[in-house]
Amino acid sequence: MHRYFGRKSLIYLLTFIVAVTLNWLIPRFMPGDPVLRMLTRSSVSNPESLAPMREYYENVFGLDVPLWQQYLNYWSELLQGNMGISVWLFPAPVTGVILKAVPYTLALLIPSILLSWVAGNKVGALAARRKWLDNTVLPLGYVLTATPYMWLGILLAWSLGIVMGIFPIAGGYSFALRPSFTVGFIANAFTHWFLPFLSLFLVAFGGWAIGMRNLIIYELEADYANYLEALGTPRKLIRRYAFRNAMLPQLTGLALQLGVLVAGALVTEIVFAYPGLGYLILQAIQNQDFFLLQGVFLFIVIGVLLANFIIDIIYVLVDPRTRTGLQGGTA
Amino acid sequence: MRSRLAQFAAVLLAVSMTASACPGDSKTPDNPAGAGGYPRNETLYTSGTQWGPPNSWNPVVPSHAMGTVGLAYETLFLFDAEKLVLTPWLAEKGEWTDSKTYTLTIREGIKWGDGKPFVADDVAYTAELGKIKAVPYSNLWNWLGSVQVVDPRTVKFTFTDTRYQEWDNWLYENAIVPKHIWSTRSEKDITTSANEKPIGTGPYEYLTHDQDRMVWQKKSEWWATKALKLEVKPKYIVDIVNSSNEVALGLLLQGKMDLSNNFLPGVANLASGKFNIKTYYPEAPYMLSANTAVLIPNTTKAPLNDAAFRKALASSVDTKKIVEGVYGKIVKQSNATGLLPTWDSYVDQAAVSELGFKFDTAGAKSILAQAGYTDRNGDGFVETPSGAPIKLSLIVPAGWTDWMESIRVISAGAQAAGINVVPEFPDSGALDDARTAGNFDLVINNWTEVSNTPWTWYNYIFQMPVQAQQFNANFERYSNQQAWDLVQKLSRTASNDPAFKTTLSELQKISLRELPVIPLWYNGLWAQANDTVWTNWPSSASGAPKHFPTTWNNFWEKGSIYMLCDLKPVGK
Repeated sequence: MHRYFGRKSLIYLLTFIVAVTLNWLIPRFMPGDPVLRMLTRSSVSNPESLAPMREYYENVFGLDVPLWQQYLNYWSELLQGNMGISVWLFPAPVTGVILKAVPYTLALLIPSILLSWVAGNKVGALAARRKWLDNTVLPLGYVLTATPYMWLGILLAWSLGIVMGIFPIAGGYSFALRPSFTVGFIANAFTHWFLPFLSLFLVAFGGWAIGMRNLIIYELEADYANYLEALGTPRKLIRRYAFRNAMLPQLTGLALQLGVLVAGALVTEIVFAYPGLGYLILQAIQNQDFFLLQGVFLFIVIGVLLANFIIDIIYVLVDPRTRTGLQGGTA
Repeated sequence: MRSRLAQFAAVLLAVSMTASACPGDSKTPDNPAGAGGYPRNETLYTSGTQWGPPNSWNPVVPSHAMGTVGLAYETLFLFDAEKLVLTPWLAEKGEWTDSKTYTLTIREGIKWGDGKPFVADDVAYTAELGKIKAVPYSNLWNWLGSVQVVDPRTVKFTFTDTRYQEWDNWLYENAIVPKHIWSTRSEKDITTSANEKPIGTGPYEYLTHDQDRMVWQKKSEWWATKALKLEVKPKYIVDIVNSSNEVALGLLLQGKMDLSNNFLPGVANLASGKFNIKTYYPEAPYMLSANTAVLIPNTTKAPLNDAAFRKALASSVDTKKIVEGVYGKIVKQSNATGLLPTWDSYVDQAAVSELGFKFDTAGAKSILAQAGYTDRNGDGFVETPSGAPIKLSLIVPAGWTDWMESIRVISAGAQAAGINVVPEFPDSGALDDARTAGNFDLVINNWTEVSNTPWTWYNYIFQMPVQAQQFNANFERYSNQQAWDLVQKLSRTASNDPAFKTTLSELQKISLRELPVIPLWYNGLWAQANDTVWTNWPSSASGAPKHFPTTWNNFWEKGSIYMLCDLKPVGK
């Protein structure tokens, strides 16, 4: 057990180091110069002040030292939770900018990932056994999973937001409110959250439902299921076994899908003007804001690694074969 | 299993019920329940100024939150675009005591947000901030000699080089900051501080902000109420950060936004319909003109260094098609001089009719032929007189859909005349770099706004010397010492001096003859107001206020602040 987690941790640590390094490298290979960006923004009119201002901004962004030192500084700053200063939102520090946006993104991601996975699996399993359900869920699932997030988002915003006026179409909470711990505010924040959540939920839901349906059908036709049936085991029990077995590939699928879901959340946020990380990434790219881009990507990398780690742990808990494998047995 | 599904459906249903019953989001504007809400009939919702989370309230450096200058901090004068004069604001009066000295008297009884009185020291201190190189107006000290506080209400400015036009520009564009707060800051802090909780003299104070909004609250007291009988009407101003124009349009249609200063394609259809949406003019061009969109050729590159070639290019552009096809008539075609309608009285009409260019494909072809540009290899496009092929890229930022469509029209027109112009759409950052460094063939730019003086326009075109990097003027890198001398002379001439008009007319002739930039259309002061909650918006109708209906930074001091005083709540 210890060796298993030790090895896993080492792999995650290495991945982390490589990811952080790439994260540092990529913006620096992008064309563009953040200092020039700042000079353009302050529309320097006095030719004499150009050189001092360039020097000044290079110092502010830590670009006035050799590259290797910039890399080392990046690590040491990072370990202190400092990700530099944003170019686009100068003079705001990147950490602060990201921390303000992260709650919104997490509030969308975690419920939509978990609920779509749970609901998708249940509905998929049901569909595998009922003809009428199969005939409706399967095509619906295919349509949903093939729908681009932002397109579904636009449809929902248009139909439920603009035409029917049930849901708001923009913002994290009503523009008429100030954050407070009151029922009114929380209910309001919830209505703003619901549509972006729904579009993420629906797309992911379709994928899980199809996957589960296929897996259940496969499992029910497996030898052990036939054998159990021949022994006269109740169908309910067989189905429960099939369900458990089918869960394992779905769990692996969840780990693989995380990155895609994060990307989906980003475009969905843009459609609904939801103040999370998505809009920040878009603007950071357009404004060649290295530091903000690095910070957001780093956050995503850490998030995905962490989630994968958790899934690894869950895998050990739910799959007895992994456990026996760990204890030196053969599966 | 079935029961679980039913449960799930029930939850979904319950969720949508809560949603529809939720306060503050119903279709009718009402008062939101819960603590800390802004009553709808006292709140003005705006957008169109901020493109990112509010992050700075520092009036000294650009890209501060909407309203930092105008609502919180104020300027000495306002600019009246109708009469082309400065109106005293924080200043009571200002006058030239001799050709080198300007004496400014500040208004009495103005207080900073913290209760301290506004004094002449604050004005002198703000001017002296320009001695810091990182302050955008540091070039002030190239021609200003000294600032002297005579008494608590009087400041004397002594110039080494009197530049009337530039000085007037400085007077109304820069906000005065309180010395007693700012002088405790280091030089670095002054230009990098976010200055949270700004303390100014203006009618509003900072209330709160979030990723997607900036909220201002009316102060209990504002000096102009007593001095000028002015009172801002909205108690709260909530400025919504733009995410996309679609979102702005949606909010506007739902009546959740009162004033949108976003570019909304197709707004002409809405303005004539029953959507409660008003624009400044009820018919074309719908919007006031805010700045001139110009086609900038890189004059350091052949064949764009040839005035005849630029003239041919200018004549090949079907601007009418851009105005009508791309914009749906919400912009106006520019005068050949590029001078904004505000400056119409300065336009030398004789020079325009003699030297101005107009759309004429055949004319463009004949200019090209006369100057030796002919199609020798038969590919349909002309080559240079020495036979080298010509292929010019024309760039605008990706995602600026109106400009993207416009340059497709420009490129089609140029190609019809035999000039191979290809539209390209780099990221806005990359485009900025190319423009700054001069690594482009053709680019569209609109960085001169309505101002007190056409000097800003000619400074933008002719500024010299041309540097390796050009940040805010002369992107075409055009060197003409004679023109630059005239621009400087213009700045040194008072507007009421007869020499002002003659100098301007000479500059117009040079720009028409040489076409260092090609003026195309006047970009609009995009403004769409929904009058469900607030009414009496600025408009061309008789009796209606005539101020700029906008929240854009740099416009509060051009009179937009009056808009807030003119507004009337509906149903009261």
